[in-house]
Amino acid sequence: MSAAGADPARAPHLDEPTGLAEVLRRERRQVLASLTRLTGNLDVAEDAVQEASIIALATWPRTGLPPNPRAWLIVAAKRRAIDELRREATRPGKEREAITLALQCAPDDFSVGVLRDDQLRLIFTCCHPALAPEAQVALSLRVLCGLSVAEVARLLLVPEATMAKRLTRARGKIAAAGIRYRVPDAADLPERMRLVATSVFLLFTEGYASRSAGLHERRQLAEEAVRLGRLLVALLPGEAVLEGLLATMLLQHSRRDARFDEAGDIVLLADQDRARWDRALAAEGVTRAAEAIRLSSVVPERFAVVAAIAACHALAADASATDWSAIVAWYDVLVVLDASPVVLLNRAAAVAETGQTVLALEQVEALTGLEGYFWWHASRAELLRRLGRPREASAAAAVAAGLTESAAQRRLLARRYP
Amino acid sequence: MPSYVALIYTPDVDWSAPEYAGEMAEYGAFGEAAASVIRGGAALYHTPTATTVRVTGGKGGDVVLSDGPYAETKEALTGFYLLECTDLDEAIRVASMIPGAWNGAVEVRPALPMTAPTDADASAPGAEARPTSVTT
Repeated sequence: MSAAGADPARAPHLDEPTGLAEVLRRERRQVLASLTRLTGNLDVAEDAVQEASIIALATWPRTGLPPNPRAWLIVAAKRRAIDELRREATRPGKEREAITLALQCAPDDFSVGVLRDDQLRLIFTCCHPALAPEAQVALSLRVLCGLSVAEVARLLLVPEATMAKRLTRARGKIAAAGIRYRVPDAADLPERMRLVATSVFLLFTEGYASRSAGLHERRQLAEEAVRLGRLLVALLPGEAVLEGLLATMLLQHSRRDARFDEAGDIVLLADQDRARWDRALAAEGVTRAAEAIRLSSVVPERFAVVAAIAACHALAADASATDWSAIVAWYDVLVVLDASPVVLLNRAAAVAETGQTVLALEQVEALTGLEGYFWWHASRAELLRRLGRPREASAAAAVAAGLTESAAQRRLLARRYP
Repeated sequence: MPSYVALIYTPDVDWSAPEYAGEMAEYGAFGEAAASVIRGGAALYHTPTATTVRVTGGKGGDVVLSDGPYAETKEALTGFYLLECTDLDEAIRVASMIPGAWNGAVEVRPALPMTAPTDADASAPGAEARPTSVTT
């Protein structure tokens, strides 16, 4: 039965035009992923998917939604790609022939396994370590999340022309340098999964900690990252690092509504109104954190441990009920994996909460290499304040204030350490 | 007979772009003229396609990649290999075994394919856009 001959009355009802747009938005990443495998070329694939979407928008209102919109779009995009390559004059002839041949010979295979691998190929390509971190973030938003160049530019606070150039450069490097669309070999897979997790988390923190973006933009970025985290867990189930990544993001994101007061000022964890935490998200985060730890081998994944620490906060009914010795214990595990000064600083902050303020200050002051780090000075200010040394606290806070671009953080410091 | 390496320093241009076709033809002419002494060589894609590979902590240590060319000036160009690999991952794997990767850094840059252009790729104009319908 041809789609064009389908009885519109029997086709699934389409709430126009949002219903169509929604189907296209949902299917875009999969269709693009499959086309990228078929053409081996992201540019060709993106253009073809765009054109197939336009054809769908013109066709579907007449014919009704095809039984398998995804397959319909992949086949349509494939044909558009072949037509386009035939017309194209700038691409070297050999390359054009190779892509066309690959497209014509590829069987139309829409099985779950093939489609799943296509998405993984695209993810591992966008998060390839030979691409600069900011290029990985931009590509992920554009290619994996399907945002427009203008949207990506707006979310990452970059002029649209700059973002377009950054994306073109990244695509150019993928093509010219020979970053191949493939799932890494078994030997490389664990390390590459860690790199993908780091890249997605960078996207998440870009939203969570962004200094000048509006609240709405920050939230959208974080939500795109959480969506990618869910996709990764669905595509590669049973991986400690990916469960840990998703758990960490869910737990942090569950506190989004309590992190800022009405004036836009930062509210510290201890002072947050826990009634405003998203309990459902936090509960899922705790479950996934436990799963990430359970899935970990002898050496736990970093994200699993970070998630466990976030889970300790989520499990406390209020700040005073926080099990700080459990948090210090998790930091001890984290230090084994990553004894960087920042991790040691966070551990010292947890030690302070167990009541050992003097010890914590000693540990903070023993750290070197953090002289230019906002949180080192901010932590010193807090510990000095607690030890009844307000003049030194105020001096440390002044240094911290000079190290942050966040007006909210500066207001907080001025208020707390006069 | 002694061997020499001629390293070419020019503005960082994209040789694959059409506006450099003329200069590429000049290189082609040089290649023919000097064919009796040339043992190998390559035109490189511009530096934004480069990946710099470092191995930290000595041989067998962690492979650290960075996007872009090798930027420090403390070290000098002290050698090169022309590698034929299936993709960037393989090139990185090989580059990370070059001693320079832990005693310095190795820049991996794709080389332009230098096959002579053919005119067998006559395009097929008139392949009109046609409405796509999919049978299911």
